[in-house]
Amino acid sequence: MGKAFKFGNDIDTDVIIPARYLNKSTPEHLAAHCMEDAGTSFAKQVKAGDIMVGGKNFGCGSSREHAPISIKACGIKVVIADSFARIFYRNSLNIGLPIMECPEAAAGISDGDEVTVDVATGTIENKTKNMKYQARSFPPFMQELIHAGGLIAYIEGRKKNA
Amino acid sequence: MSMTITEKILAQHAGLDEVVPGQLITAKLDLVLGNDVTAPVGIKEFAKFGIENVFDPKKIALVPDHFAPNKDVLSAEQCKVMRDFARKQEIEHYFEVGRMGIEHCLLPEQGLTLPGDLIIGADSHTCTYGAVGAFATGVGSTDFAAGLATGEAWFRVPESMKFVFRGTKFQKWVGGKDLILYLIGKLGVDGARYRAMEFTGEGIAALSMDNRFTICNMAIEVGAKNGIIAPDDKTFAFLEGRARRSYPLVHSDPNAGYMDVQEFDVSEIPLQVAFPHSPENSKPVHEASGIKIDQVVIGSCTNGRLEDLRMAADVLRGKKVHPEIRLLVFPGTQTILRDAMREGIIDTLIEAGAAVSTPTCGPCLGGHMGILAKGERAVSTTNRNFVGRMGSVESEVYLTNPAVAAASAIKGQIAHPEEVS
Repeated sequence: MGKAFKFGNDIDTDVIIPARYLNKSTPEHLAAHCMEDAGTSFAKQVKAGDIMVGGKNFGCGSSREHAPISIKACGIKVVIADSFARIFYRNSLNIGLPIMECPEAAAGISDGDEVTVDVATGTIENKTKNMKYQARSFPPFMQELIHAGGLIAYIEGRKKNA
Repeated sequence: MSMTITEKILAQHAGLDEVVPGQLITAKLDLVLGNDVTAPVGIKEFAKFGIENVFDPKKIALVPDHFAPNKDVLSAEQCKVMRDFARKQEIEHYFEVGRMGIEHCLLPEQGLTLPGDLIIGADSHTCTYGAVGAFATGVGSTDFAAGLATGEAWFRVPESMKFVFRGTKFQKWVGGKDLILYLIGKLGVDGARYRAMEFTGEGIAALSMDNRFTICNMAIEVGAKNGIIAPDDKTFAFLEGRARRSYPLVHSDPNAGYMDVQEFDVSEIPLQVAFPHSPENSKPVHEASGIKIDQVVIGSCTNGRLEDLRMAADVLRGKKVHPEIRLLVFPGTQTILRDAMREGIIDTLIEAGAAVSTPTCGPCLGGHMGILAKGERAVSTTNRNFVGRMGSVESEVYLTNPAVAAASAIKGQIAHPEEVS
C-alpha cells in the first residue's frame, strides 16, 4: 500500500524535472529534484511504494527521459493518470516505470489517499475511500515490453529467442 | 487501399504494402538524432546491448546544442560523452561547436532530412522535419539507444487529422507561428495526442519553408506524434543542392482516411500571443497589449531561421530597444548567422541594441544565456511557456512570432508591430 501524491492536468516534463538539473543524469540526482517546480515538497515526502496520480496529458512537453527516471528513482511504484502524453508513455514503458491509464482512478483518488495497485491485472484499490477502479489494459506488445522490464531487455530477449 | 502520407511512409519503412491506424509496426530508420542532454543517457543504454558498433554511422546525427557551448563543468562532461562516442563510432554527422547549430534548424539545412524519410530524434521537436514531407517524431533516450543499435523502432500507426488552411490573404506580419499558435489555442495541448497532423491548403502552399518548419515544429505542443506537409515545388527548391540522397515522392491519396478534417481561413487569423503557462493560451496580440516585460528572446528551433531574423530586423530597423529591455537573438545555425550578416540583418539588430549569440538552445529551456529572475516576464519566439521554462518558477513567458517580439522589445511591453512603425 502506498500514499497517493496527486497532481493536475497537463503536468509537463519541465515541471517533473526542470532543465536546470539536466546537466547530470544519475537517478539519485534527478530524484532529489522531482516535481520541484510543482510547488510541493514531494521529493522530500515521497517514500518507496507511493503512487503518483495525474490528470489528462500527463508528461507532456520535452522528450527528456530524465522525467520518468526521476519519478522511478523517487520510489514511485506506479503513475496513474487520466491520459498520458505519448513520449512520456513510451519512455515509461521503455525504462520499466509502470503507468496506468484510468480516468476513474485519476478523478477519484485524492492527495494522501492510501492506495494499493496490482500492476499486472490493472486493479487499483483506494483504501481510504473504499473504492475500486480498473485501469485500461495495454495492447499485447506493450504488455510484453512491460513484462520484459523495458525496451532493451525486450530486444535482448527477442534476439535470444530468434 | 488509400493511405495518408504518414501511413505510406510508415508502411514503406515497415516493409508492408499497407498499414492502418492503431497497427503496431517495427520500421527501419533513415536517421537517428540525439543531443548533449539526451544522447549521454542513450549512450549509457546503448552499452547494455553489448555490441561494438552502431547500426550505421552515416544514419546518426549528434548535435551539442542544448547546454553547448558548455555552460558548466557537468554540461562539459555530457558534451564530452557524446563527442567521445561520435569519434569512437565514426559518426559522420557529428557537428562540433563552430559548425553546429540548433539541431532542428541544422539537419534540414544540411540536407539530412528528406521527403519520405522516417526519422526519430531524442528531442521532442524532431517533428520539425515533417515540413519537408518526412515522418519525424520525438522519442526518449532508450528509443534513441535502440535505434543506434538496431536501426529500427516500434510505432503505433497514428490516426491522421487534416488541417486545411484556406486562402492566401494573410494579415500583415502573420506567419507560420501565428497559424500554429492559433491552432493550439483551438485544439488544446492534447488536442492531437498520438495523432498525425497533416497541414494542407493554399495557405500552407503560400508559406515559405521557414514558416512551414515553424508550424511542424510545434505539432508536439498539441500532443501530436508528427506534423507533416506534403512536398511541393518550394520543398524541391529548398532541397536543391542540399539533399544528399535521392528521395521518393510521397503524397496522401485523395480518398485517404482522416479521423478529423478542420478548415481555417488564413485571413481570419490575427497575430497571436500565447499567455503563461501554456501554448494553448493563445489570444490575438491586442489582448496582450501593454503587458510590461523585461526580456525578449528571438531565435530557437521554432523561429531562428533567416526569415525570422529578417522579420525582426524589419521591425527594429532604425529603432532602439527599450532601455529596460534585454533583447537576445539566437540564430539557428552558423549559415543562418552568416547569411544574416551578409544581408545586414545582424548589423540592424546590434545597432538597435540586441545581443546576438552563437547558436544554442540555451534560454529556451532555461539552460543558460538568458535565464529569467523571479517576477520577470519575457516575450519569446520559442515554443513553450510552461512554469519555470526559462528560469525562475515565478517568471512568465509569452510566446509570439519574431515581429511581435521585436515590436515588444522596442516598446518595453507587448506590442503589435504597427504600434512601433
